[in-house]
Amino acid sequence: MGNFWKELKKAPISAKLGMLIIVVNAFVAIFAPIISPYGETEIVGSEFEPWSDTFLLGTDNLGRDMFTRMNYGARNTIGIAVLTTILAFLLGSLMGLLASTLGGWVDQLISRIVDILLAIPTLIFALLVLTIVGTEIPNVIACIAVIYSAPVFRLARAVSMNIVVLDFVEVARLRGEGTWWIIVKEVLPNSMPPLVAEFGLRFCFVFLVISALSFLGLGIQPPTADWGSMVRDNATLITYGDVTPLLPAAAIAVLTVGVNFVVDWFLYKTSGLRDDH
Amino acid sequence: MTTNNDSDARKGEVLLEMRGLRIEGNSEDQWHEIVHGVDVTLRRGEVLGLIGESGAGKSTIGIASMGYAKPGLRITDGTIMFDGMDLRKASETELRALRGSRIAYVAQSAAASFNPAHKLIDQYCETPVQHGVKPRAEAEKEAVVLYGRLRLPDPENIGYRYPHQVSGGQLQRAMTAMAMACQPDLIVFDEPTTALDVTTQIEVLAAIKDIVRLYHTAAIYITHDLAVVAQMADSIMVLRFGDTIEVGTAREMIESPKEEYTRQLLAVRTFRKEEEVSNEGLDPILKVENVTASYGGNVMVLKDVSVEIHKARTVAVVGESGSGKSTLARAITGLLPPLQGQVYYHGEPLPRALKQRNRDQLRRMQMIYQMPDTALNPRQKIRDVIGRPLEFYLGYKGAKKEERTRELLSMIEMEPDQYIDRQPLELSGGQKQRICIARCLAAEPELIICDEVTSALDQLVAEEILKLLQRLQDELRVSYMFITHDLATVKAIADEIVVMLLGEIVEQGPKDKVLAPPHHDYTELLLSSVPEMDPDWLDNILEHRRELESHLVGQRPPD
Amino acid sequence: MAQILKMVVQRLALGLITLFVVSLIIFLGVELLPGDLTEAILGQAATPETVAAFRKELGLDLPAHTRYIQWLGGILQGDLGTSLANKREISELIGGRLANTLFLALMAAIIAVPLAVTLGVLAALYRNSWYDRMVNVVTLTSISFPEFFVAYILILFLAVKINLFPSLSNVSPDMDFWDRVYRVFLPALTLTLVVVAHMMRMTRASIINLLASPFIEMANLKGIKRGRIITHHALPNALAPIINVIVLNLAYLVVGVVVVEVVFVYPGLGQLLVDSVSKRDIPVVQSSCLIFAATYILLNLTADILSILTNPRLLHPR
Repeated sequence: MGNFWKELKKAPISAKLGMLIIVVNAFVAIFAPIISPYGETEIVGSEFEPWSDTFLLGTDNLGRDMFTRMNYGARNTIGIAVLTTILAFLLGSLMGLLASTLGGWVDQLISRIVDILLAIPTLIFALLVLTIVGTEIPNVIACIAVIYSAPVFRLARAVSMNIVVLDFVEVARLRGEGTWWIIVKEVLPNSMPPLVAEFGLRFCFVFLVISALSFLGLGIQPPTADWGSMVRDNATLITYGDVTPLLPAAAIAVLTVGVNFVVDWFLYKTSGLRDDH
Repeated sequence: MTTNNDSDARKGEVLLEMRGLRIEGNSEDQWHEIVHGVDVTLRRGEVLGLIGESGAGKSTIGIASMGYAKPGLRITDGTIMFDGMDLRKASETELRALRGSRIAYVAQSAAASFNPAHKLIDQYCETPVQHGVKPRAEAEKEAVVLYGRLRLPDPENIGYRYPHQVSGGQLQRAMTAMAMACQPDLIVFDEPTTALDVTTQIEVLAAIKDIVRLYHTAAIYITHDLAVVAQMADSIMVLRFGDTIEVGTAREMIESPKEEYTRQLLAVRTFRKEEEVSNEGLDPILKVENVTASYGGNVMVLKDVSVEIHKARTVAVVGESGSGKSTLARAITGLLPPLQGQVYYHGEPLPRALKQRNRDQLRRMQMIYQMPDTALNPRQKIRDVIGRPLEFYLGYKGAKKEERTRELLSMIEMEPDQYIDRQPLELSGGQKQRICIARCLAAEPELIICDEVTSALDQLVAEEILKLLQRLQDELRVSYMFITHDLATVKAIADEIVVMLLGEIVEQGPKDKVLAPPHHDYTELLLSSVPEMDPDWLDNILEHRRELESHLVGQRPPD
Repeated sequence: MAQILKMVVQRLALGLITLFVVSLIIFLGVELLPGDLTEAILGQAATPETVAAFRKELGLDLPAHTRYIQWLGGILQGDLGTSLANKREISELIGGRLANTLFLALMAAIIAVPLAVTLGVLAALYRNSWYDRMVNVVTLTSISFPEFFVAYILILFLAVKINLFPSLSNVSPDMDFWDRVYRVFLPALTLTLVVVAHMMRMTRASIINLLASPFIEMANLKGIKRGRIITHHALPNALAPIINVIVLNLAYLVVGVVVVEVVFVYPGLGQLLVDSVSKRDIPVVQSSCLIFAATYILLNLTADILSILTNPRLLHPR
């Protein structure tokens, strides 16, 4: 732990900023009901009221408090994105490790399925699937998680492929160790740094695509507060030169920037991706 | 092309003088000094050998003579005077004008150092044309002459090939030709033969030696191999950890070194195991019978190979790259189940594939690898590395496991208290290899397959490992199958020798018999290619080689 | 040469197979609908008669494989079927919109590609300079921006505050070329900003990778001038990676178009797709998805083939 603080001290300003952003977002998401003056779906005023003491950021198109909706939006949007990323990750990396360790037809089969998944553009595929299964939240989560497990699979497979051919894995095979032991004890610990970085990157992509879906009206459905649909619902205000609808969009951007900064630093610290040698 | 009479006349004049050279390297965002004030003096037409183990700074110093530091390195102090010009004060433009035309460089990996997008001759002509030394047509003509002098096949046309269309040994010679293109005053050879097989190495060495002599070019020859540098250099400089240990003429160094470190380097190839009794009448513990194997396709990597290994004996399997020696190990361990033939253990047939073998069969046969870096899981402590086979094969747990782990560490001459909780990353190459040996011993095996176990190590460290393995054999009566390309290692440790070429055994038998004439032609070629600690060896051997080669056509591995 | 031809043919075949499988997925996805499609669309209240009529109209009374073959055959002849929402021919509906989408994507590409490649190469050449560091932070930031954020910022400043460009990109077929360019400018700029960052980072990475090769060091040690090292030694080998970067980003662009079209209410294929998804107009969704997917696959295929064709090791086999 002491090591971590030491590293953090040496981190570039961008990474520190990123950490701060993530911490603030996490705080808001967790304590949304405490820091918000009103209820998530409570109609508290008339439509599009301006910023004031009662309504810190004004009200939205239905007269709900924007500030409250922003806080709950953090909770919903980030929560769903995190859950989706975790699912995508578990699925993708497990499959990747299995494919590389077992090799042969298992690898071939999963790899070909993933090739097809990756051959279809993500957003288009998500739109197609959501048309068919409907836009309930569990559907959105499952659909995006499956789609995003494909690139995770690719990475996990590539990373562990490089490890599986190393002599210490052959030593374990020669010793007679089982597949599970090899995955858990030999391959996984050595695949962690790139996978952790990938988790950050994937979170950004998932977060952006869920926001985009919500913005298109096909992701998280009303009356649940969420940043993507808040932009959509209040977009008309922009034509009057009001920046309020840009706030949720900015929130999405800021969090993604923060995560990206941290991932960039992490990659630089842990992997061969540092380009100066 | 005329020889450089001008420089001939000025022979003896100092060409390059580096004084108090200090170089720093960057790691973990910090600068550390890696060369600590080294002096180098080189006269016209003279060849200086820079020798040392890894970390000695020999390449860094050699390349600094061009006023160049690789990315991540910087020259911090000292002077580099080249023919009256201080390269540390020279501008980038002046340095570029010098490089390639007056000082040229030959890299270790020719395959990576040629641009894949251009033909060899275009890359040859680039230097003289760009430096305005001579026009393209003239340069091309000279290239053909040089290719011929470097004994490249078909010198008229080989230049019109792309780098990946030419073999490694030929590329190295083409790169030497490229370095000669402007008839430079100085060439820096950076381990030019390290990546080559012995029988290829000797040709490249001979070609370089001839051409440098012919043109009276001064050269800096960088290598880790004292025997190689003895052939090439007039004088030798021994380096260690960025400091000069000793400088002198090649002959002085070989015959009467002053420093202890130089003596150690010289003594490297003198270790010999004591003679043992013959195997006659004894049953082998491992018997490989008529094994044929392939990685798929019609190419057989092993063809009808039979080998026997007896208790407490060492069988050395020798061959160059592509000989199938490592594949033999894979076939025996079941990693690559043989297509035909059978492996017997104590007379019992072993299942072909690894997965079909039981735990006891696996336990009795262990393996050590070439790269100790990749043979140890960097995320496991030494305790777990050695403890796992104890638990897995022998069911040791708790205090018993701990005690045995410590015992094994003592056996490989590593202090248990100091090392048991370390991670592999904190150990040196030699220490890692010792841990690998301890891991094998933990299984209490009868046979250990050693796959090039010393080739990735520095010579002195390699020597220690060989001695350790020998001591362990004497104490534990374990057998070794020793796979190597290095004949010096074979001479040191083997009881029996198996010589392989293109997947087949060309000769096998007790060490004395195989090493004594009459030889099979290929064994002869292999044996005679190993450089000896004698400055005249290369010249003497070449004459003899020409005859031999003439009746070996078509029998050598495609180089 | 035979080897190259073989590889190209292999990639082409692989691309076709992928396309085929994707078409199958798009078609069969609908089959997986829980319950009956008709019920989902017409609602619980529909009478058996209307359901039957609707089923017949959709061809749902035929077995799946027959319908797939009919559907695919139709598409190959340019017949995409009819929309459920307004009963119009889908090919007619899509035709003009596809052209609009391609126009927008092309315009973005024309600005983005030269800009991104130049800036990326410069960042690689002046690595670790303040310019490079700035580029790193700026591109990392802009990658993190959702497309609609960039779009609305541009609208706010360039359309609302200073009224330079229209905030809605409503184009019509009878508009002249320059008027069209003017109206499409903001969406094209949005796409450019989003895609340039990606393309630049990838270009920079591949050039840096290349400049670290031993043969570049060799060229330096041969005393070759810096400019010539770039043009003569780096560029011939950089072609493949750069082409790859460009084509991959074009593919990305084609998809990014969807959100941007919605923001600017631009009558393109993306907007149609989103509308049809909300209306659950399945035949239109299927056709638009197929077109997007096919474009994406073809672009990726092009990247693959071009990188084979520019690889010197493959161009001059042993």
